Amino acid sequence: MQPHDLLHPRPQGLYCPPGDFFIDPVRPVARALVTHGHSDHARPGHDHVLATRQTLDIMALRYGENFAGATQAVRYGETVSVNGVAVSFHPAGHVLGSAQIAVERDGLRIVASGDYKRAPDPTCAPFEPVACDVFITEATFGLPVFTHPPAGEEAAKLLRSMARFPDRAHLVGAYALGKAQRVIRLAREAGYDRPVHIHGALAKLCAYYQAQGIDLGRLEPATLEAGAKDDFAGALVVGPPSAFADRWARRFPDPVSCFASGWMRIRQRVRQRGVELPLIVSDHCDWEELTRTIRDTGAAEVWVTHGREEAVVRWCELAGIDARPLHLVGYEDEAE
Amino acid sequence: MRRFAELLDRLLLTPSRNAKLTLMAGHFRDAPDPDRGLALAALTGNLAFAAVKPALLKGLIAERMDPVLFAYSYDYVGDLAETVSLVWPGSAEGAGEDDLPLASVVAALHGASRSDAGRVLAGLLDRLDPGSRFAVIKLVTGGLRVGVSARLAKQALADYGGVDVHDIEEIWHGLEPPYAPLFAWLDGRGPKPERAAPALFRPVMLANPVADGDLDRLLPQDYAAEWKWDGIRAQAVREDGRIRLYSRSGDEISAAFPDLVEAMDFTGGPAGGPDGGPDGALDGELLVGRPPEHVGTFSDLQQRLNRKTVSAKTLRDHPVFMRCYDLLLDGGEDLRALPFAMRRARLERFVARLDPARFDLSPLVAFAGWDDIAARRRDPPHPIVEGVMLKRLDSPYLPGRPKGPWFKWKRDPRVIDAVLMYAQRGHGKRSSFYSDYTFGVWKGEALVPVGKAYFGFTDAELRQIDKFVRDNTVERFGPVRVVRAEPRHGLVLEVAFEGLARSSRHKSGVAMRFPRIARLRWDKPPEEADQLATLEAMLDG
Repeated sequence: MQPHDLLHPRPQGLYCPPGDFFIDPVRPVARALVTHGHSDHARPGHDHVLATRQTLDIMALRYGENFAGATQAVRYGETVSVNGVAVSFHPAGHVLGSAQIAVERDGLRIVASGDYKRAPDPTCAPFEPVACDVFITEATFGLPVFTHPPAGEEAAKLLRSMARFPDRAHLVGAYALGKAQRVIRLAREAGYDRPVHIHGALAKLCAYYQAQGIDLGRLEPATLEAGAKDDFAGALVVGPPSAFADRWARRFPDPVSCFASGWMRIRQRVRQRGVELPLIVSDHCDWEELTRTIRDTGAAEVWVTHGREEAVVRWCELAGIDARPLHLVGYEDEAE
Repeated sequence: MRRFAELLDRLLLTPSRNAKLTLMAGHFRDAPDPDRGLALAALTGNLAFAAVKPALLKGLIAERMDPVLFAYSYDYVGDLAETVSLVWPGSAEGAGEDDLPLASVVAALHGASRSDAGRVLAGLLDRLDPGSRFAVIKLVTGGLRVGVSARLAKQALADYGGVDVHDIEEIWHGLEPPYAPLFAWLDGRGPKPERAAPALFRPVMLANPVADGDLDRLLPQDYAAEWKWDGIRAQAVREDGRIRLYSRSGDEISAAFPDLVEAMDFTGGPAGGPDGGPDGALDGELLVGRPPEHVGTFSDLQQRLNRKTVSAKTLRDHPVFMRCYDLLLDGGEDLRALPFAMRRARLERFVARLDPARFDLSPLVAFAGWDDIAARRRDPPHPIVEGVMLKRLDSPYLPGRPKGPWFKWKRDPRVIDAVLMYAQRGHGKRSSFYSDYTFGVWKGEALVPVGKAYFGFTDAELRQIDKFVRDNTVERFGPVRVVRAEPRHGLVLEVAFEGLARSSRHKSGVAMRFPRIARLRWDKPPEEADQLATLEAMLDG
């Protein structure tokens, strides 16, 4: 069996003909395997979804209990047979419940990484390299310019700024699933013990993380009902990035706009977004992590998807590893 | 080094002046000596190293990484210094205890000669994290470009020490990096540094623009009027045998104007100072020409600006002189506390003794009332006049920009309606926008380009123009798009500008000074835009 016969792209997503399933399909299908809960990977409307318990929970929180016809939970490391294809989920270190999916038949194993990172993250299980013949890697930050600093340093930078501008609110833009909780947890580990104010869009997911045993400390809604404008002086406020362009943000006194993202490594991106304090905190691999992981898997062949495919393919060429871009549609370049 | 790098990044990204002051004052508080003094030197442009050219930087990185991967990286980031800082091999991040002090970095760079600058730089980059690498590269390639003037840095220093910024400006020129005695004084651990050298800069007095209704509350007879000259503000000081020419911000510019400096012995002036010489400090405008008959325009003056050395030909063709409007020091006497009218009388006597080819008086303009001076302002006698100055007769010379005693009342800018012809993508945060516009006016049936402008519009207007450009592109040349510009289809821009000179470098034969987009005329068809003849009638001089 050729790798292409086991998995190949179709408009709906990555398809496995012998198993008759899709990985992270972008349109409703009969059988979907979902790597993690971000909305460009986990979509509602499939007949059947196989994913980790936490990913299924997150999909239910986002789309309602009836987001799929039927669901099946799988544990990390457990092997499930789907129409004779052995399928197993392994921690990806991206967000809570995120998994790489290994697909194996006739001695050929392909691992689809989904989104992943190697940097330590207190809010999810750490990435585990899985030996395979073909490794399908994301390449969101697949350029040598992306070097993510230790996240703890970025949290310390945030707290230093809060000390320097005690009368201003620090507004941290962070995606609702994963990044927001990680930023809050990082602030806690850096010693911040006052309440953190959160935008309403984060409430359900933060509560879920807390219920899963991830201590985010005291969270309060960032609503005016909760206090007058001056009460936000010196506050730490976390919300989805889109909210900061919104009228919602006007309630804060002279805010310092911060954005937690791997893109913040590039000054031009920072300035385009009007960000005053960039926090380089990413839930994706940086260049060093990406190339290290490719070596760790021992894969003889690498397929590169969403992101900067060309540079990763070039690196593989130089390292003597077969590589090609895999053109999947529907995933956001900006996904973070 | 990291804290300094973080400071630079934050200054770059912080638009608010007050926040920049807070960041700098905080750094002066937290950073140890001598690092904070070196940071101050960097921010005020007083750190210089053997210059590193982009080619050297490219050579260093070419020895260290695959050229294809570098090309992808540079293409994505767009800035060479930033790209190199990020792709430099070896991640020094997380090695917090090993952070190099700024002082070590500066010492290493100072020790480098032109020939081993590359080796020294590479050695530093190997030991630093990406943010610090970027800061080092910015230091050696010249130009931090973080939106901080030397004056703002001094203001932050004043905020930090709780002193007046003029106290710092007065002693600034006697001080050297890393400014240990200055910090000792600001920290309350030492005396105020003496004005170590004579002929120091005296902080200048600035005027406020006339706003609506300002003059209604003031009496014309309390004020003197002068023309506002469109040159550069300068201060000519001779004190105790030392001669210095300063810009308005206190930077020494003597070397660029040897012809004027030669005439600054103020011979004929009153004896003063320990050496008995004719000391004085004149405040005035640097202009080009041979007074009083011939005064050049600002474009003539530009031949003399931003030059380190001046050729004999330039000195002959573009001599400078100073048109004086205030006297701060006369003999040994500091005049700054005297009222304007008395200083003016002393100034007239002082200037009368000087070489008339190098120093003349800015004349007072007699006027009957506000309406009268307003009319003169609209119709000035010379293109180098850009408006009028109003100075309260009883005002002492106060450093800074006090509200009330001095006003500047500029002539309204000139405007034309022009048609957008070409658009070019901008840089930095505008790199995804077509933000640089070439516009033209009609010469018969055809449009001829007359200028370029890249500001004057709001962010919302920028998005509208960008959309127009993308929707109406006729042709592309790299980053430039040719935009549809026909009598009945195109975008008319109202362009404001300060002056217009003949130019052989421009196809239209004219060059605008300080052009900017005043308004977008979506309502106006291009055929109603101005003719070149209209523009030619506005030529200076």
